[in-house]
Amino acid sequence: MANVTREDLAGLERNVLTTTVERMLAWARSSSVWPVQFGLACCAIEMIATTTSKFDIARFGMEAFRASPRQSDLMIVAGRVSQKMASVLRHIYDQMLEPKWVLSMGDCASCGGVYNNYALVQGVDKIVPVDVYVAGCPPRPEALLYGLMKLQEKIRAGARGGGR
Amino acid sequence: MSGSLTPVQAFLAERLGEQLRETHAFRGDATVVVDRERVVDVLRWLQDDPWHFQVLVDLTAWDRCPLEPRFEVVYHLLSLSRRERLRVKVRVPGQDPVVPSAVSVFAGADWFEREVWDLFGIRFAGHPNLVRILMPDDWEGHPLRRDYPLTEEPVEFQGHVPKVPSEIVPRVKPGRVDP
Amino acid sequence: MSLVRETLTINMGPQHPSTHGVLRLVLELEGEVIVSCQPVIGYLHTGIEKEMENRTYHQNITLVDRIEYLSSYHEELAYCMAVEKLLGVEVPKRAQYIRVILCELNRIASHLVWLGTTGIDLNVSSLLMYCFRDRERILELFEMVSGQRMMPGYFRIGGVAEDLPEEFEHAVRPFLEEFPRRLDEYEAMLTDNLIWRRRHEGVAVLSRKDALAYGVTGPTLRGSGIPYDVRKAFPYSSYDEFEFDVPTGENGDAYDRYRVRMEEMRQSRRIVLQALACLPDGPVITQDRKVALPPRAELVRSMEAVIHQFKLVSEGIHPPKGEVYAAVESPRGEKGYYIVSDGSNRPVRVRVRAPSFSNLQALPAMIRGGMLADVVVAIASIDIVLGDVDR
Repeated sequence: MANVTREDLAGLERNVLTTTVERMLAWARSSSVWPVQFGLACCAIEMIATTTSKFDIARFGMEAFRASPRQSDLMIVAGRVSQKMASVLRHIYDQMLEPKWVLSMGDCASCGGVYNNYALVQGVDKIVPVDVYVAGCPPRPEALLYGLMKLQEKIRAGARGGGR
Repeated sequence: MSGSLTPVQAFLAERLGEQLRETHAFRGDATVVVDRERVVDVLRWLQDDPWHFQVLVDLTAWDRCPLEPRFEVVYHLLSLSRRERLRVKVRVPGQDPVVPSAVSVFAGADWFEREVWDLFGIRFAGHPNLVRILMPDDWEGHPLRRDYPLTEEPVEFQGHVPKVPSEIVPRVKPGRVDP
Repeated sequence: MSLVRETLTINMGPQHPSTHGVLRLVLELEGEVIVSCQPVIGYLHTGIEKEMENRTYHQNITLVDRIEYLSSYHEELAYCMAVEKLLGVEVPKRAQYIRVILCELNRIASHLVWLGTTGIDLNVSSLLMYCFRDRERILELFEMVSGQRMMPGYFRIGGVAEDLPEEFEHAVRPFLEEFPRRLDEYEAMLTDNLIWRRRHEGVAVLSRKDALAYGVTGPTLRGSGIPYDVRKAFPYSSYDEFEFDVPTGENGDAYDRYRVRMEEMRQSRRIVLQALACLPDGPVITQDRKVALPPRAELVRSMEAVIHQFKLVSEGIHPPKGEVYAAVESPRGEKGYYIVSDGSNRPVRVRVRAPSFSNLQALPAMIRGGMLADVVVAIASIDIVLGDVDR
């Protein structure tokens, strides 16, 4: 074995870090959450505004909104879910691969919102398990970003989404 | 109805005689109520010279329950060259809600009539494809009828049943003195 | 052995990046050529019309915002105009001018969304960023005026809720001065661009006959050469006092609709400048106490004002029995409200004449015989809002 000096060992502490596999995976997953394009109504416009340059969702690694649910991690349900759309929503959710998360954006997705009638599902958590609720009608892009940051915290806190 | 008739209303009064039930121009909107058997003829006459009501702006209905006849199907017409609007209404009884389809006169009546069928249950005789358009295909009932409930879900609290949103400001019946 | 030919039926949507919302198209293809197209709508049906029958006239203002959510001010204007027509109430001049300013800014914002989303559908993704950057400036103005970026809830029956803040004029002028240069940039990038032209010219042609038959209105109709604009044909809210042109296309293809909307943005700016220059003084809401709330200062002095306030808040207005139809020119076409009243404090029927509903009906006629890639351009060029189609 070569001569290892005290300075070498100190250098080792600075240049090598140890962690658990779970933490590494959680860090990787939370830093590149890819949402699926699921904008339904007005909240979708604010979601698009979040991706544009003023609010810039890309600094969180989430600008890659995939059209296909099989390539995405997060479903941001942005807008009101009607009875006709409910089965489509569940279908898309089922097609996403584990680990997956759901963020319910806006009042209509969280609880039915302004509308309490025959046509809407009163809250998307009746159909899919929701991880983060973002309130607002529509929520400002900053509110959505805060919700996404909370989701990142949840991922890093060791939570695995879906089929728990 | 008293009051002077607009030229269109006078023309229809002459052509239809008894089958023109009512005319009025409340707040400047010229309106005629015709019998349902003649409505397609009326639309065709109005589309031609000299009236040129070429655009069917809207085709809708409303439920007059408990008045009879129960439904009123409302056609809004527009003449681009003469810059004039006209409202044609047809009263339809609740037990036999059928109206001849206007698709042969205006191609755009297609989706409008499907929507009225979907939400009110009024059939349009001669429509090529009268199926639901807004509600799911297996939905039962016609939501915009007055006797179809709004289906509100009250928020769940423990030990308290709050008012549903439509009861927060209660309905005040008509019959109050108008301003 | 004979050759069997079959057409391929594919489904586009309701979750699709290019359908601009939850629209489902059932397409029958022969190779790449579209034989027939059947739109399936209703995935965003919210029951707003029935909901409005169960609220007072004033409460409905918050509901109508969310129908055509990209042009909420037009929606509120149409609804308020219909109720004002029913009541026979006159809107003060200052309120009319304020309404015009906000509606025209909303038209610009809506057209910017159209341009940005069309761009991203055709893979000009930077266009989305540019257009939304400009739209953000308009949303800042809306926030200044009403407190919300979208869904303002600012118009009231009889006027507007509050006067414009003092910093509004100071904030809107720099935007209006810079905006033509931005539009010039976009036009320089797109109008003579070979790819843009090839994808838009001759694509999704809507003939005049079809446009009239389907009841198409708005830029989609004007692209086909029919110069119908509700602001000119049935002027409302002082539009007859402003000078502006109504751009019209010729061929009815997607390129003409693009040119029409770009020019409309310039004309909207022209209207806003004129309205700002001649903004009259005066009240911003009708003084009829049976329709509009009294100002707060009056509540301290007058018992009658307190009673009016109480009646208006706890019951609402009571329009006379009857029916009206009032229409405005929204960025998509003629937005009309047909309201039936029986004298009570809730409407019996509120019918929203949605321009996107009629415009979408013309889609199969536009794309028959075209290629699959043209469907994306067609939907983008009609500029539909699914909330409007399904209500």
